[in-house]
Amino acid sequence: MTFESVFVLAAGLFSVGLFGALSQQSIVMIMMGIELMIGGIVVAAADFWHFLAPAAADGQVVIVAAVVAMAVEMAMGFAVTTALYRARQVDTTDMAQELKG
Amino acid sequence: MDAVVLWSLGVVALACAVAVFVCDSMARATFALLGSLVCVGGVVLVLGLPYLGVVIVLMMVMEMVVMAVFMIAYMMNPAGLMPMSMLHNQRGALALSAAVFASLTAAVFLVPWPHRRGSPPRDTTFQVGKALMGEQMLTMIVLGFVLLATMVAATVLALRRGRYDRLGDGLDRRPARDPAGGGVGR
Repeated sequence: MTFESVFVLAAGLFSVGLFGALSQQSIVMIMMGIELMIGGIVVAAADFWHFLAPAAADGQVVIVAAVVAMAVEMAMGFAVTTALYRARQVDTTDMAQELKG
Repeated sequence: MDAVVLWSLGVVALACAVAVFVCDSMARATFALLGSLVCVGGVVLVLGLPYLGVVIVLMMVMEMVVMAVFMIAYMMNPAGLMPMSMLHNQRGALALSAAVFASLTAAVFLVPWPHRRGSPPRDTTFQVGKALMGEQMLTMIVLGFVLLATMVAATVLALRRGRYDRLGDGLDRRPARDPAGGGVGR
Protein backbone atom coordinates (compact mmCIF):
# COMPACT_ATOMS: atom_id res chain seq x y z
CA MET A 1 0.00 0.00 0.00
CA THR A 2 1.46 3.29 -1.02
CA PHE A 3 1.24 6.88 0.07
CA GLU A 4 -1.42 7.60 -2.52
CA SER A 5 -3.81 4.80 -1.61
CA VAL A 6 -3.77 5.63 2.11
CA PHE A 7 -4.41 9.25 1.21
CA VAL A 8 -7.38 8.20 -0.95
CA LEU A 9 -8.74 6.39 2.12
CA ALA A 10 -8.34 9.60 4.13
CA ALA A 11 -10.08 11.62 1.41
CA GLY A 12 -12.91 9.07 1.29
CA LEU A 13 -13.50 9.22 5.05
CA PHE A 14 -13.38 13.03 4.96
CA SER A 15 -15.87 13.24 2.07
CA VAL A 16 -18.32 10.73 3.57
CA GLY A 17 -18.19 12.69 6.83
CA LEU A 18 -18.71 15.95 4.94
CA PHE A 19 -21.78 14.51 3.23
CA GLY A 20 -23.20 13.46 6.59
CA ALA A 21 -22.46 16.77 8.28
CA LEU A 22 -24.13 18.69 5.44
CA SER A 23 -27.15 16.49 4.82
CA GLN A 24 -28.26 15.18 8.22
CA GLN A 25 -30.93 16.98 10.19
CA SER A 26 -30.30 15.44 13.57
CA ILE A 27 -27.64 17.27 15.57
CA VAL A 28 -26.18 13.99 16.85
CA MET A 29 -25.81 12.66 13.31
CA ILE A 30 -24.04 15.87 12.25
CA MET A 31 -21.55 15.26 15.05
CA MET A 32 -20.99 11.74 13.72
CA GLY A 33 -20.17 13.24 10.32
CA ILE A 34 -17.65 15.62 11.88
CA GLU A 35 -16.06 12.68 13.75
CA LEU A 36 -15.58 10.90 10.43
CA MET A 37 -14.00 14.01 8.90
CA ILE A 38 -11.50 14.23 11.76
CA GLY A 39 -10.86 10.49 11.35
CA GLY A 40 -9.84 11.21 7.77
CA ILE A 41 -7.45 13.90 8.99
CA VAL A 42 -5.88 11.39 11.43
CA VAL A 43 -5.31 8.91 8.59
CA ALA A 44 -3.80 11.62 6.39
CA ALA A 45 -1.44 12.76 9.16
CA ALA A 46 -0.27 9.19 9.82
CA ASP A 47 0.20 8.78 6.06
CA PHE A 48 2.36 11.91 5.78
CA TRP A 49 4.39 10.88 8.82
CA HIS A 50 5.04 7.34 7.60
CA PHE A 51 5.71 7.96 3.93
CA LEU A 52 7.22 11.47 3.81
CA ALA A 53 8.83 12.57 7.07
CA PRO A 54 9.17 9.80 9.66
CA ALA A 55 12.21 11.41 11.26
CA ALA A 56 10.20 14.45 12.41
CA ALA A 57 7.57 14.16 15.14
CA ASP A 58 5.25 16.76 13.61
CA GLY A 59 2.94 14.22 11.96
CA GLN A 60 2.37 12.53 15.30
CA VAL A 61 1.67 15.88 16.97
CA VAL A 62 -0.99 16.58 14.34
CA ILE A 63 -2.64 13.26 15.24
CA VAL A 64 -2.62 14.18 18.94
CA ALA A 65 -4.22 17.54 18.13
CA ALA A 66 -6.87 15.87 15.93
CA VAL A 67 -7.75 13.36 18.65
CA VAL A 68 -8.14 16.22 21.15
CA ALA A 69 -10.35 18.01 18.63
CA MET A 70 -12.54 14.89 18.44
CA ALA A 71 -12.97 14.80 22.20
CA VAL A 72 -13.70 18.53 22.44
CA GLU A 73 -16.22 18.34 19.60
CA MET A 74 -18.10 15.48 21.26
CA ALA A 75 -18.21 17.14 24.67
CA MET A 76 -19.30 20.56 23.40
CA GLY A 77 -21.72 19.08 20.89
CA PHE A 78 -23.56 17.10 23.53
CA ALA A 79 -23.56 20.07 25.91
CA VAL A 80 -25.11 22.31 23.24
CA THR A 81 -27.63 19.59 22.32
CA THR A 82 -28.62 19.26 25.96
CA ALA A 83 -28.97 23.02 26.43
CA LEU A 84 -30.96 23.39 23.20
CA TYR A 85 -33.26 20.49 23.99
CA ARG A 86 -33.84 21.74 27.50
CA ALA A 87 -34.66 25.25 26.33
CA ARG A 88 -37.08 24.38 23.49
CA GLN A 89 -37.34 20.63 22.91
CA VAL A 90 -35.42 20.90 19.64
CA ASP A 91 -33.25 18.07 18.33
CA THR A 92 -32.91 18.83 14.63
CA THR A 93 -31.14 21.69 12.93
CA ASP A 94 -34.17 22.69 10.88
CA MET A 95 -36.06 23.48 14.06
CA ALA A 96 -33.33 25.73 15.44
CA GLN A 97 -33.39 28.62 12.99
CA GLU A 98 -33.81 31.60 15.31
CA LEU A 99 -30.49 33.09 14.21
CA LYS A 100 -31.07 32.55 10.48
CA GLY A 101 -30.53 35.89 8.74
CA MET B 1 1.45 -8.68 4.88
CA ASP B 2 1.20 -5.06 6.01
CA ALA B 3 -0.31 -4.13 2.66
CA VAL B 4 -3.03 -6.77 2.97
CA VAL B 5 -3.91 -5.62 6.50
CA LEU B 6 -3.93 -1.96 5.41
CA TRP B 7 -6.13 -2.65 2.40
CA SER B 8 -8.66 -4.63 4.41
CA LEU B 9 -8.71 -2.04 7.22
CA GLY B 10 -9.22 0.71 4.65
CA VAL B 11 -12.06 -1.06 2.90
CA VAL B 12 -13.81 -1.85 6.19
CA ALA B 13 -13.32 1.74 7.38
CA LEU B 14 -14.93 3.17 4.25
CA ALA B 15 -17.77 0.62 4.24
CA CYS B 16 -18.58 1.36 7.89
CA ALA B 17 -18.40 5.11 7.20
CA VAL B 18 -21.01 4.76 4.45
CA ALA B 19 -23.12 2.51 6.68
CA VAL B 20 -23.31 5.28 9.30
CA PHE B 21 -25.52 7.34 7.00
CA VAL B 22 -27.37 4.43 5.40
CA CYS B 23 -28.60 2.53 8.47
CA ASP B 24 -32.05 3.34 9.78
CA SER B 25 -31.23 2.22 13.27
CA MET B 26 -29.34 4.81 15.29
CA ALA B 27 -27.72 2.07 17.36
CA ARG B 28 -26.42 0.44 14.20
CA ALA B 29 -25.18 3.80 12.89
CA THR B 30 -23.28 4.39 16.13
CA PHE B 31 -21.59 0.99 15.99
CA ALA B 32 -20.80 1.45 12.30
CA LEU B 33 -19.06 4.70 13.23
CA LEU B 34 -17.23 2.83 15.98
CA GLY B 35 -16.13 0.21 13.44
CA SER B 36 -14.90 2.88 11.04
CA LEU B 37 -12.92 4.77 13.68
CA VAL B 38 -11.43 1.57 15.14
CA CYS B 39 -10.20 0.78 11.63
CA VAL B 40 -8.68 4.28 11.52
CA GLY B 41 -6.84 3.39 14.74
CA GLY B 42 -5.74 0.13 13.11
CA VAL B 43 -4.39 1.98 10.06
CA VAL B 44 -2.42 4.32 12.33
CA LEU B 45 -1.07 1.26 14.18
CA VAL B 46 -0.03 -0.54 11.00
CA LEU B 47 1.65 2.63 9.72
CA GLY B 48 4.09 2.33 12.62
CA LEU B 49 2.50 4.37 15.41
CA PRO B 50 1.41 1.75 17.97
CA TYR B 51 0.87 4.17 20.87
CA LEU B 52 -1.37 6.59 18.98
CA GLY B 53 -3.22 3.72 17.31
CA VAL B 54 -4.11 2.10 20.62
CA VAL B 55 -5.06 5.47 22.13
CA ILE B 56 -7.43 6.11 19.21
CA VAL B 57 -9.05 2.66 19.53
CA LEU B 58 -9.57 2.97 23.30
CA MET B 59 -10.88 6.52 23.03
CA MET B 60 -13.29 5.68 20.23
CA VAL B 61 -14.76 2.73 22.13
CA MET B 62 -15.54 4.94 25.13
CA GLU B 63 -16.75 7.81 22.95
CA MET B 64 -19.16 5.67 20.97
CA VAL B 65 -20.63 4.14 24.11
CA VAL B 66 -21.34 7.67 25.37
CA MET B 67 -22.68 8.54 21.91
CA ALA B 68 -25.06 5.55 21.99
CA VAL B 69 -26.55 6.79 25.27
CA PHE B 70 -27.13 10.25 23.80
CA MET B 71 -28.54 8.76 20.60
CA ILE B 72 -31.19 6.86 22.51
CA ALA B 73 -31.89 9.93 24.65
CA TYR B 74 -32.31 12.47 21.85
CA MET B 75 -33.21 10.71 18.62
CA MET B 76 -36.83 10.29 17.73
CA ASN B 77 -36.19 6.94 16.03
CA PRO B 78 -33.46 5.24 18.04
CA ALA B 79 -34.11 1.64 17.07
CA GLY B 80 -34.93 2.24 13.41
CA LEU B 81 -38.26 0.46 13.72
CA MET B 82 -39.92 3.18 11.67
CA PRO B 83 -37.77 3.95 8.60
CA MET B 84 -37.75 7.67 7.95
CA SER B 85 -35.59 10.15 6.09
CA MET B 86 -33.80 12.69 8.25
CA LEU B 87 -31.98 14.46 5.44
CA HIS B 88 -32.05 17.92 3.94
CA ASN B 89 -30.42 19.22 0.78
CA GLN B 90 -29.22 15.74 -0.09
CA ARG B 91 -28.29 16.53 -3.67
CA GLY B 92 -26.23 19.60 -2.79
CA ALA B 93 -24.40 17.75 -0.03
CA LEU B 94 -23.70 14.82 -2.35
CA ALA B 95 -22.37 17.09 -5.09
CA LEU B 96 -20.19 19.04 -2.69
CA SER B 97 -18.67 15.99 -1.01
CA ALA B 98 -18.07 14.29 -4.37
CA ALA B 99 -16.28 17.42 -5.58
CA VAL B 100 -14.15 17.51 -2.42
CA PHE B 101 -13.26 13.83 -2.84
CA ALA B 102 -12.40 14.28 -6.51
CA SER B 103 -10.20 17.33 -5.89
CA LEU B 104 -8.37 15.71 -2.95
CA THR B 105 -7.73 12.56 -4.99
CA ALA B 106 -6.58 14.58 -7.98
CA ALA B 107 -4.28 16.61 -5.73
CA VAL B 108 -2.58 13.56 -4.27
CA PHE B 109 -1.81 12.16 -7.72
CA LEU B 110 -0.83 15.46 -9.36
CA VAL B 111 1.26 17.13 -6.65
CA PRO B 112 4.96 16.25 -6.87
CA TRP B 113 5.42 15.02 -3.30
CA PRO B 114 8.94 15.12 -1.83
CA HIS B 115 10.83 11.88 -1.31
CA ARG B 116 10.84 10.24 2.07
CA ARG B 117 13.32 12.02 4.29
CA GLY B 118 14.94 10.21 7.21
CA SER B 119 13.81 6.94 8.71
CA PRO B 120 11.42 6.17 11.56
CA PRO B 121 13.00 6.15 15.02
CA ARG B 122 13.22 2.90 16.92
CA ASP B 123 10.65 4.04 19.50
CA THR B 124 7.92 6.22 17.98
CA THR B 125 6.24 6.72 21.36
CA PHE B 126 9.46 8.25 22.66
CA GLN B 127 9.53 10.50 19.58
CA VAL B 128 6.06 11.96 20.17
CA GLY B 129 6.59 12.26 23.92
CA LYS B 130 9.86 14.09 23.49
CA ALA B 131 8.31 16.42 20.92
CA LEU B 132 5.31 17.24 23.11
CA MET B 133 7.55 17.93 26.10
CA GLY B 134 10.15 19.77 24.01
CA GLU B 135 9.80 21.79 20.83
CA GLN B 136 6.02 21.25 20.64
CA MET B 137 5.45 22.27 24.27
CA LEU B 138 3.32 25.24 23.22
CA THR B 139 0.95 22.88 21.34
CA MET B 140 0.64 20.73 24.46
CA ILE B 141 -0.08 23.78 26.67
CA VAL B 142 -2.74 25.06 24.27
CA LEU B 143 -4.37 21.62 24.08
CA GLY B 144 -4.43 21.46 27.87
CA PHE B 145 -6.15 24.85 28.16
CA VAL B 146 -8.62 23.89 25.42
CA LEU B 147 -9.56 20.73 27.29
CA LEU B 148 -9.96 22.64 30.57
CA ALA B 149 -12.14 25.27 28.88
CA THR B 150 -14.21 22.48 27.33
CA MET B 151 -14.83 20.86 30.70
CA VAL B 152 -15.96 24.15 32.25
CA ALA B 153 -18.07 25.24 29.25
CA ALA B 154 -19.75 21.86 28.79
CA THR B 155 -20.69 21.75 32.47
CA VAL B 156 -22.06 25.31 32.37
CA LEU B 157 -24.11 24.57 29.23
CA ALA B 158 -25.51 21.31 30.54
CA LEU B 159 -26.55 22.64 33.96
CA ARG B 160 -30.25 23.15 34.46
CA ARG B 161 -29.86 26.13 36.79
CA GLY B 162 -27.04 28.63 36.78
CA ARG B 163 -25.96 31.15 39.39
CA TYR B 164 -28.41 33.80 38.11
CA ASP B 165 -31.27 31.38 38.79
CA ARG B 166 -30.01 30.87 42.30
CA LEU B 167 -28.85 34.36 43.32
CA GLY B 168 -31.00 36.67 41.12
CA ASP B 169 -29.98 39.06 38.37
CA GLY B 170 -27.79 41.11 40.69
CA LEU B 171 -26.29 38.00 42.24
CA ASP B 172 -27.34 39.42 45.63
CA ARG B 173 -30.18 37.17 46.75
CA ARG B 174 -29.35 35.57 50.12
CA PRO B 175 -30.08 32.83 50.81
CA ALA B 176 -30.01 31.44 47.30
CA ARG B 177 -33.28 30.18 45.88
CA ASP B 178 -32.85 26.44 45.62
CA PRO B 179 -35.53 23.87 44.86
CA ALA B 180 -34.73 21.99 48.02
CA GLY B 181 -33.45 23.36 51.29
CA GLY B 182 -30.23 22.17 52.70
CA GLY B 183 -27.01 23.16 54.29
CA VAL B 184 -26.39 24.57 57.72
CA GLY B 185 -29.32 26.44 59.31
CA ARG B 186 -31.78 26.00 56.44
